[in-house]
Amino acid sequence: MTQDFRIDGGLVDRKQTLKFSFNGRDMYGYAGDTLASALLANGQRLVARSFKYHRPRGIFSAGSEEPNALVHLGQGARLEPNTRATVTELFDGLHASSQNHRGSLEHDFMAVNDRLSQFLSAGFYYKTFMWPKSFWEKVYEPVIRASAGLGKLSMQPDPDTYDKGFLHCDILIIGAGPAGLAAALASGHAGARVILADEDFLLGGRLNSDTQSIGEQSGAHWAQDSLAELASMSNVRILRRSTVYGAFDHGIYGILERKTDHLADGGGKPRHVLWRVYSKRAILCAGATERSIAFANNDRPGIMLSGAVRSYANRWGVAAGKKVAVFTNNDSGWQTAADLSAMGISISAVIDTRDIVAPMAISGAALVMGGRIKDTRGRKALDAITLTSGLTVPVDCLAVSGGWSPNVQLTCHQRGRPQWNDAIAAFVPGGELPKGLTVAGAASGQMTLAAALKSGRKTAGQALVDLGFKYTSAPALKASDEAFSVTPFWHVSGSKRAWVDLQNDVTTKDIKQAQREGFQSVEHLKRYTTMGMATDQGKTANVLGLAVMAEATGQSIPQTGTTIFRPPYSPVALGAFGGRAVGNEFRPTRLTPSHKWATECGAVFTETGAWMRAQWFVRAGETHWRESVDREVRDTRASVGICDVSTLGKIDIQGRDAAAFLNKVYANGFARLAVGKVRYGIMLREDGLCYDDGTTARLSETHYVMTTTTANAGLVYQRLEFARQCLWPDMDVHVISVTDGWAQYAVAGPNARKLLQKIVDPEHDIATEAFGFMACGDVTVCGGTAARLFRISFSGELAYEIAVPTRYGDGLIRALMSAGREFDVTAYGVEALSVMRIEKGHPVGSELTGQTTALELGMDRMVSKTKDSIGSALSQRSELQRDDGRRLVGLIPVDTSDTLTAGAHFLDIGAAAKMENDLGWMTSVAHSPTLGHSIGLGFVKLGHIRHGDVIRAWDGVRGTDIKVEITSPHFYDPKGGLQRA
Amino acid sequence: MIINHPLLGPRDADEFVHLGDAGLINRPDGLAEGAIEAFHDYLYLRDNPAGLYRELWYHEQGDRSWLVVTRDTTTHEISKVELARDVARSQRRGQ
Repeated sequence: MTQDFRIDGGLVDRKQTLKFSFNGRDMYGYAGDTLASALLANGQRLVARSFKYHRPRGIFSAGSEEPNALVHLGQGARLEPNTRATVTELFDGLHASSQNHRGSLEHDFMAVNDRLSQFLSAGFYYKTFMWPKSFWEKVYEPVIRASAGLGKLSMQPDPDTYDKGFLHCDILIIGAGPAGLAAALASGHAGARVILADEDFLLGGRLNSDTQSIGEQSGAHWAQDSLAELASMSNVRILRRSTVYGAFDHGIYGILERKTDHLADGGGKPRHVLWRVYSKRAILCAGATERSIAFANNDRPGIMLSGAVRSYANRWGVAAGKKVAVFTNNDSGWQTAADLSAMGISISAVIDTRDIVAPMAISGAALVMGGRIKDTRGRKALDAITLTSGLTVPVDCLAVSGGWSPNVQLTCHQRGRPQWNDAIAAFVPGGELPKGLTVAGAASGQMTLAAALKSGRKTAGQALVDLGFKYTSAPALKASDEAFSVTPFWHVSGSKRAWVDLQNDVTTKDIKQAQREGFQSVEHLKRYTTMGMATDQGKTANVLGLAVMAEATGQSIPQTGTTIFRPPYSPVALGAFGGRAVGNEFRPTRLTPSHKWATECGAVFTETGAWMRAQWFVRAGETHWRESVDREVRDTRASVGICDVSTLGKIDIQGRDAAAFLNKVYANGFARLAVGKVRYGIMLREDGLCYDDGTTARLSETHYVMTTTTANAGLVYQRLEFARQCLWPDMDVHVISVTDGWAQYAVAGPNARKLLQKIVDPEHDIATEAFGFMACGDVTVCGGTAARLFRISFSGELAYEIAVPTRYGDGLIRALMSAGREFDVTAYGVEALSVMRIEKGHPVGSELTGQTTALELGMDRMVSKTKDSIGSALSQRSELQRDDGRRLVGLIPVDTSDTLTAGAHFLDIGAAAKMENDLGWMTSVAHSPTLGHSIGLGFVKLGHIRHGDVIRAWDGVRGTDIKVEITSPHFYDPKGGLQRA
Repeated sequence: MIINHPLLGPRDADEFVHLGDAGLINRPDGLAEGAIEAFHDYLYLRDNPAGLYRELWYHEQGDRSWLVVTRDTTTHEISKVELARDVARSQRRGQ
């Protein structure tokens, strides 16, 4: 196929020929083309099938408002559906294909829907698929899903990268047409920090599509000169290919910059950058979008917006047809006829709905004033139009102009509600605009070039004065104030379907039906017919649809109302919102100080929040995780084991009132904790339920260090700041998180002290007489390195936790391990840690779920009733003090060869598995190498007085039903003699 | 949104964590008569005004200040930002 429709002129670079393919056919275009302009140049008029009726569709517009020409772009994992051909910049090697058809684009089997159209009108789904009810999931939904939607996803992970960025400016100018450029020049000259953003790759807006001149220059030249001037200013940043997709609170705007979509090879650079722009002022210069007129069969390929036909000729040097007719209700249709005629394109007819004298002569064209188009013809593309007069005109392109609608979308993103303006028969910005946003040019209803230039400059002037910049007004630019007169005309009545919303296949019939069935409010109309709910948000359809509804109800358009717009202005790839936060980069990964050492020791890691923690350490010959874990438990209990516990939250608390403060935030007493001692504490929420637990050590009169669970480290810290600043603001206490500041290791087992005595410098006596259970203090290790030693035990063994500044963490773990060689020391991971805590009956997150009370956990005696601490008052609520409630117990299988499962529910022997018989549930299970069988912790109704009873652990998910005996939760050394040794 | 931090100037709301009604500053006395009722009201009863609302924000990605932000819930306009500690202290003195 050759570029049969390419004509002279335009702003494409004819020295750079680009090869691309559409539906597998090779075609050629030029640098500066869009996919749409190149397809038209190659005579490809049929490019898509419509959403519902699978009607043949062609290119309709020349910009981001395109409802028809949505294509699959790219191949393999890079295939992107629903891409608008009209904004896709052509590059060498581009692959595009049409979507939404079964069989080929030319012979779509789904086109049968068009014949069934009278059954597929508005509300079809609601009315048709009501019964039988059982058909919905099995029949209706699968069939509807198979035929719904437009493009197909690649179903592969997105291979591209995306990025985010932040920008600040005094004035953000949205749109680089005549108004935007005038505003940017004025702002730039005044010295303001300016961002000028435009969605196009060639800036200038309609200046590149029209033939008006500014001063002595063509508009397109003036635009390029202005841009060169702006580019030379260090205070101006120009963002091309950048869509301002949303106006958010407080002057914040979202911009999607497409960095590599126009390149054959992105070179690994981010495909899109999502900018968050902080602006003091913003000026919307987004221009206007042309709308269509509804008449029978107005959706055939070749029927296009008049301004788009002009753009393809003037900007891209492409004739949208060889015999063109114009159908208009305003002067801009005549501009199209004049421009095309001047370029040698044959104009067959100009049909103007207005009963006025023809504004100009167009050579060779029939001028029909007060004319109407009754119908069109052409199976795969337009070949003729018929007027109500009976005249049939053979044409291959019909340029339609139903007037221009200002692009008010961003003015609605806060709470703005556009207002109707009779003079231009369109909605203009109204109501409350986003704070700091003003509107200039066609977007504000200034529909001519001279007016746009003037309003851009004036609006910028006001913003500059507001911001305190010096602004001197310059003489107005000389530009033609082209004719702009419009008499509203919306649709040619008739019995055939006339399209309003091309993308969602909504016709005037659907709107009239909605009116008849009572869906008259705009919000109902929109949802019942789906008008304006496609990916284009009805940019070319909404006003026309409103007008048709207004006529049907006999109301005016302002009485009928308008729907408003939400972000995004045009679709934004989800990848851009994700930015770099994907896969492993979704959040930061935190590594413990012993990570490198653990990796060398064969550790298998698990994620605990953002942390990577060693789960177990695989030794030679171990093939199953249980072998490693059982060994770690046995060796620790037999001699000594070491575990990295650096991930526990650590909060440094200092001040004269630190003791009183801790007494407020812990439910148990902390006022009289001695210096050099550690205490276990439990924190409640203000509602009386348990929140977190941990230990707090008193290092001096005014200095404490608190540990929290790994999961709640950040939240507990936040609560302490809240208590300190908001609840007890006069206390002299300061808190700071030091979790990352210290490497901390648990050293546990009968030989723990002997091992530590080789590491702790000899001047520190850690014999049990001098350093008993729950002691703490500053020591030095390995010949002078400062460290803290805590004699606390999670495993139930004689145990310590030793902490050194993080930078010594790797050194200390290696020193501990080599000092422990004579005791056959083992490193243990979180799995062995968990087994030992279950053997010991310590609650963790599975038990401290945020829904359990101290009473249920068996810790009610810890909650002091003689002081006011967080949660103390509501913990005494009668419902939380019920003595017939659930209690934490231990569970062992009656047949010790059975394996318990967490999540199993408890039932009495013989009770049916129903909710009313539910006694509670299993929270934690482990295989205890110490006891040689499975053990579990769980909540059982009245469990505290049922020790020794046999009940059932019923697991409906895994299909097991096991007899278990209720025991104390403390399986191992219940009197705690070992940890005090 | 942008919150004009009294110490640090305008900061993006993304740096903050939102808690809710600034009334949470007025914690009842847990040892007083009727403490359970008082805490019930303190913890569970909230106004939901369309208009000005005083609420607590925590500058977690910043200086860890708790702030009392007066925000119009219908427009997100922020008319006042105070350090919660100052608010708590002045309320204490007012009692």
